[in-house]
Amino acid sequence: MSVAKPVTHDSGHLHVSGTARYIDDVPLPANTAHLAFGLSTVAHGEIASLDLSAVRAAPGVIAVWTADDLPFANDVSPSIHDEPLLATGTVHYVGQPIFLVIADSHLAARKAARMGRIQYKERPALLTVDDAMAAGSRFEGGPVIWTKGDAAKAIAGAPRVVEGRFEMGGQEHFYLEGQAALAMPAEGGVIVQSSTQHPTEIQHKVAEAIGLPMNAVRVEIRRMGGGFGGKESQGNALAVSCALVARLLGRPAKMRYDRDDDMVITGKRHDFRIEYRAGVDDTGRILGIEFLQLARCGWAMDLSLPVADRAMLHSDNAYNLEHVRIESHRLKTNTQSATAYRGFGGPQGMLGIERAMDHIAHQLGLEPLAVRKANFYADMPDASGGSISANKKQTTPYHMEVEDFILNGLVAKLEASAEFASRKAAIARWNAENAILKKGISLTPVKFGISFTLTHLNQAGALVHVYSDGSIHLNHGGTEMGQGLFRKVSQVAAASFGVDVSSIAITATDTAKVPNTSATAASSGSDLNGMAVKAACDTIRDRMADYLAREHQTVPAKVHFEEGKVFVGGEEMTFAEAAARCYMGRVSLSSTGFYATPKITWDRKAGRGRPFYYFSYGAAVSEVVIDTLTGENRILRADILHDAGASLNPALDIGQVEGAYVQGAGWLTTEELVWDDKGRLRTHAPSTYKIPACSDRPRIFNVALWDGANREETIYRSKAVGEPPFMHGISVFSALSDACAACGPNYPDLQAPATAEAVLAAVKRARGTKQ
Amino acid sequence: MNEIAFLLNGTPVTVSGESPTRTLLDWLREVRGLTGTKEGCNEGDCGACTVMVTDAGGTRALNACILFLPQLHGKALRTVEGLTGPKGEVHPVQIAMVEKHGSQCGFCTPGFVMSMAVAQKNGASDFDDQLAGNLCRCTGYAPIIRAAEAAATAPVPDWMNENLGALNGDAAPFAPATSDALAEWYESHPDAVLVAGATDVGLWVTKQLRDLPEVAFLHACTDLQKIEKVMGGWRVGAGVTIAALRRAMADPHPAFAELLRRFASEQVRGAATIGGNIANGSPIGDAPPALIAMGARLHLRKGTTRREIALEDFFLDYGKQDRAKGEFVEAVTIPDTAPGLACYKLSKRFDQDISAVCGCFDIELNGSKVENARIAFGGMAGIPKRASAVEAALTGRDWTLATIEAALPAFATDFTPLTDMRASAAYRLETAQNMLLRYFHERSGSAVSVLEVEA
Repeated sequence: MSVAKPVTHDSGHLHVSGTARYIDDVPLPANTAHLAFGLSTVAHGEIASLDLSAVRAAPGVIAVWTADDLPFANDVSPSIHDEPLLATGTVHYVGQPIFLVIADSHLAARKAARMGRIQYKERPALLTVDDAMAAGSRFEGGPVIWTKGDAAKAIAGAPRVVEGRFEMGGQEHFYLEGQAALAMPAEGGVIVQSSTQHPTEIQHKVAEAIGLPMNAVRVEIRRMGGGFGGKESQGNALAVSCALVARLLGRPAKMRYDRDDDMVITGKRHDFRIEYRAGVDDTGRILGIEFLQLARCGWAMDLSLPVADRAMLHSDNAYNLEHVRIESHRLKTNTQSATAYRGFGGPQGMLGIERAMDHIAHQLGLEPLAVRKANFYADMPDASGGSISANKKQTTPYHMEVEDFILNGLVAKLEASAEFASRKAAIARWNAENAILKKGISLTPVKFGISFTLTHLNQAGALVHVYSDGSIHLNHGGTEMGQGLFRKVSQVAAASFGVDVSSIAITATDTAKVPNTSATAASSGSDLNGMAVKAACDTIRDRMADYLAREHQTVPAKVHFEEGKVFVGGEEMTFAEAAARCYMGRVSLSSTGFYATPKITWDRKAGRGRPFYYFSYGAAVSEVVIDTLTGENRILRADILHDAGASLNPALDIGQVEGAYVQGAGWLTTEELVWDDKGRLRTHAPSTYKIPACSDRPRIFNVALWDGANREETIYRSKAVGEPPFMHGISVFSALSDACAACGPNYPDLQAPATAEAVLAAVKRARGTKQ
Repeated sequence: MNEIAFLLNGTPVTVSGESPTRTLLDWLREVRGLTGTKEGCNEGDCGACTVMVTDAGGTRALNACILFLPQLHGKALRTVEGLTGPKGEVHPVQIAMVEKHGSQCGFCTPGFVMSMAVAQKNGASDFDDQLAGNLCRCTGYAPIIRAAEAAATAPVPDWMNENLGALNGDAAPFAPATSDALAEWYESHPDAVLVAGATDVGLWVTKQLRDLPEVAFLHACTDLQKIEKVMGGWRVGAGVTIAALRRAMADPHPAFAELLRRFASEQVRGAATIGGNIANGSPIGDAPPALIAMGARLHLRKGTTRREIALEDFFLDYGKQDRAKGEFVEAVTIPDTAPGLACYKLSKRFDQDISAVCGCFDIELNGSKVENARIAFGGMAGIPKRASAVEAALTGRDWTLATIEAALPAFATDFTPLTDMRASAAYRLETAQNMLLRYFHERSGSAVSVLEVEA
C-alpha cells in the first residue's frame, strides 16, 4: 500500500530544477499593474494631511487610491472587521497601509510609495504590555479566566511556593517566499492567485471588497514558499488590492511585498509575559498553580483570541494539575497585529509551565526531569484504543479527559536512547573542569492538542475524478506550503485505488473545485483532507466494485484493487482497463468527499469541553554549551522521539520534526524582534533578524518516530505533525537555563529569546554578580 | 556604450540599453523569464537568488539580487535552469536533494542547489561554510547537509564546464581596465560611485531605491586584485575579494582568516572586496579592527598622487574618512607577523551576521611583561577604533590576571558604545572587557570558544 512509505516530496524534482512555480513566477500579461502600499510612519495618530501629488506624478504611476476610493468593504480582518485595507483617518502602527500605488512596474510602485507627504497629529502609543495593562487596552473587555479546583487554596496549603515571571519574545515567520498575490479580471468577477493558507478566506474578503457574491471570485494556490501561519490571514490585503484593481481598472494586478515591507506590515508570533505561582510538595509535585498570561496582540484582533485560548489550553502541557487557575489578557497595542504562527499560542503556554518546572526543580534542589515525571499524567495502558476504566480519569485544566497519554513510556525510551543520565553526569564533570564554558542538558516533553478550537472549522472537502484511462485527478481544500500535504494525500488516494502514487495528479487548491474550506492550519491538513479524499476515493472505488462485480456475477466484496490492478471473479485487469469498463458501463467516476471531526465540543467562554480530538506527543533532549564571558551559545546535540501515530510518510514526518525543532530553537535563541521607543520595528530584514543558519543545527541530531497508532480513528491512525514538534525547541531554552545555573547558586531567570546578551545576564544572576 | 557580454547557461548573450544598476536577479526574472532564481530578501542575506559565476579565477556562488549586470561582463553565468544538462540530465546535487528530502517548500532550494553545485565543482566539503549564506526555514538543514555529502563524491557533470573563449574580447562597459585609467577617470569624475563587489552599493539600489549618479565598476582593474609579498608584509590590492584574502591569510594569520570565515557568507565573500570593506567606513566592518590590530597601512591614490597612512587614521568619524574627492583606496599592506593576534566576533548568530562587537588583539609579550599591545574594536564607536587607554594600561605591565582586571575600566575611557537592535550599550562594553579576559585565558591554554566544543 502507498501509505506509511517514505515517498519523496511530490514537487522535489520541480524544486531542485527551479521549475516549481510560485505566484511571483507566473508569466504576466503585458498590461499587468504592480502595486505597493504607502505606510504609516507613526505608531498612533490622526492623519492631519495627506498629500499624494508627488506619488501620482512619479514615473510609471497609473493610479493612487486611499480609503475613499474603495467602493465596497474596506476590511481585511479575518475576525471582527477591525482591520481596514487602507487607513481611515487614524493610524494604529508603524507600517499600516495608508494608500495604494498602482504602477506599471514593481520598482515604480515601490519608489512612488515612498513619496507620500503625510502629516500626523500624533497620539500616545501603547507599545508594551505594561502600557496596555495601564491603559486597560484589551480585546474582549476583561481577562479570560479558566479554573479547575481551587488553586489559591492549594497553594496556600502547600509546603513550598515557587513563583516567577518572565518574558518571551515573538517571532517573525520568515517564510522564504514573501506575501504575494495576482488577480485577473474575469467575466462577472475575478480570478485570484494568492500565496495563502486560506483560499476561502481570500475569496470571502475579495467578494466583500468588490461587492459581489463569493461565486464571482475564484481563488487558486498551487504552493507557497513557506507559511508557518503567516499566510493564514496576512495575505488578505494583497489579494484584495489586486482584485480591486482587476475589477475597477480591468487589468491584471500583482502585488508582492519587498522583504522589509513584509516584516514591517505583517503580524508575527505573539510575545507574552507569563507569571506563575506554584504550590509544591517536597518531591516537586504541583499541588496548585496559577498562571497570568499577558499576550501582546497588536492593533487589530486578527486571530488573537484563539491564539490566546490555545496558550491557556497548553499551560498544563504534560502535567496533571489538580488545582489550576489561568488568567489571560489579550492586550491591544500600537504594533503589528500579531497573528497565527506554528503552534498558535501553544508554544507560549507550554513554555510557561516548562519554565515553572525548571524553576521548581532549582528551588527544591531536584533534578528537573524528576520533577517533570512526578507531575506527568498517567499513561493509558490501552492508548491505542479501547475504553478507559473510570478510576483512571484524569482531566486537563479545561476539564477534558486525557485518554491517550503515552509520555511516561515515551520519555523512558528517549532517556535510554539519548543516554540522558550518563550524559548529565558527564556534563557535571565537564563543568567542574571548565571555568569559562559551561554545558547544560534538558529533556522536555510535548503534549499538543489536535483540532481547531473553533469547532466548526474541523471539516474538509475533496473532489476526485478517475478518467477513463485510469489516471486520477485529485483536489482537496488543503494547501501545500512545503509540509508535504499533497504527497500524503496522494498516498491516501493511491491506497484507496490500489495504484501507484504516480497515477495521481496533484493540482492547485481551487475554491471552484472544493468550497468552504478551512485554513490549512492547526496541523490539521492531513487529518481533515486525508479523510475527505479517502471518502471521495472510496465512493468511486465502491461504485467501480459494484459495477465490476455485477459484470462478473460476483459480489463487490470479491473485487480487489491492488498494485495497479483490479482482481474480480478470477479475472485480473489493469486499473486503467477497469476504469475504461466502468466508463463504458456508464458509472460515475467522479465524487466529492467530506469529513467532519467527531467527538469534539467546546465552550471557550467557560473553558470546558473537549476541544481536541486527540493529543500528539513527543520529547526532546538538548545539550548546549555557553560562554560565560559573552553569553554565546550553541546546541551540541539533540535527540527527539516524536509521536506521529502510524505515520503516513515517515520521511516527511521526520522532516517536519527536524525543521520544527530548529525553528523552535530559533524562536528561543537568536530570533529577537526589537522595536524602538517610537514603535518602529528595527529588525525588519535578515540582516538584523537572525533565523537559524546551517551551522546552528545540532551536529548530532537524532530524530525518531514513536512506534504507535493513534487510538482515535484518524486517517490510517496517523497523527498530525505540523506544529507539535516546534515545541521541542523548548528543550534548548531549558538546557541553556541549566548551563546558566551551573555558574552559580541562584536561579538564573533566563529570559526568551536567549540571545547571547540574555544568557550573559542570566549567568550573572546565577552568580549573584551585579547586573 | 559597449554591450555587456557573458555566457548564460553556456550560451553567449549580449545586453545593451539596461541601466548599469539593473540587478541580475531582476533581469533574469523580468526580461529572460528565468524565474528559477528567487527573490527572498533582495539584500544578499538569504541566498535564494544564488547563481554560479565562472571566470578565469574560478567558479563562485554569488547573490544575483545585488549583482549588477555590468559585473558579469566576460564571465559565465549559470542559473538553476542551467544546472540540468542539455538533454535534461539531472545534476548530482539535484538527485541528492530529492532523495534526501532536502526540499520542503522549495523556495530556497534553487539557491541551495546552486551553492551545492559550486561547492561540488570546487571540491569543497566545508558545507556549513559553503551553505552559510543560504537560509532555509523548513528543513532545519539536516537533510540538506545529508544531500551535500551524498553528492560530494559524484563526478562533476561535463556540462558544468564553461567555454569562456566563446566570448569576444571587448572591454567591459562602465569599467576601467587598469588602476591608472581608474585614477585618471575618477579624478575628473569625483562624484561618481565606485562599485567593487556591490555587496553594499547593491542595497543602496534595492533597498534605498536610490538612483546613483555616474558609476564605475572596479572588477576589470585586475592590477588591483593582486596580493604581493613586499618587504615586511603583503600588499593587498583593494580589489582583492574577501574570499581570496581569506585563502591568502590562512597560513600567515590564521586568526584573521578564521574571522574572515565568519565574514558574511560565501556569496558575499566572493564578491566583496577588502577595499570596499575599508572604504565604506562602516563602524561594523569586520576586516578593519583586525587590520588595525595588526598595524596595517593604507594606500590611497588620487590621480597620480599616492599617499600611505596607518589604517586607523583613515577613519575620522562616523561616515567620515580621510579620503579626498576623487581619491580611492588602492591597497592595504598587512604586516608579516602578528603572532599574538586573536579576533573575536560577537553577533546574534555565528554565521552570516554583522558584529555587535568585534574585538581584535595583538599583544606582544617580552618574558612576563607586555611589550606592546594593539587592540582595536568594531561596533564600539562610530568608527573602527583602537583601545588606546586599554593598551596603555597593559603596556609594560606583568602579564597577569591582575593586570588585565586593572585595565578593564580603561574600556570606558576608550568607548561609549550605543544601544541598537544588535546589543545594548552595557552589553557591548562588558563583552569588550570580557574579550580581553578571554584573550588572557586563551593564551593561558583554557578552552574559551563554544565553536570548539563537542557533545
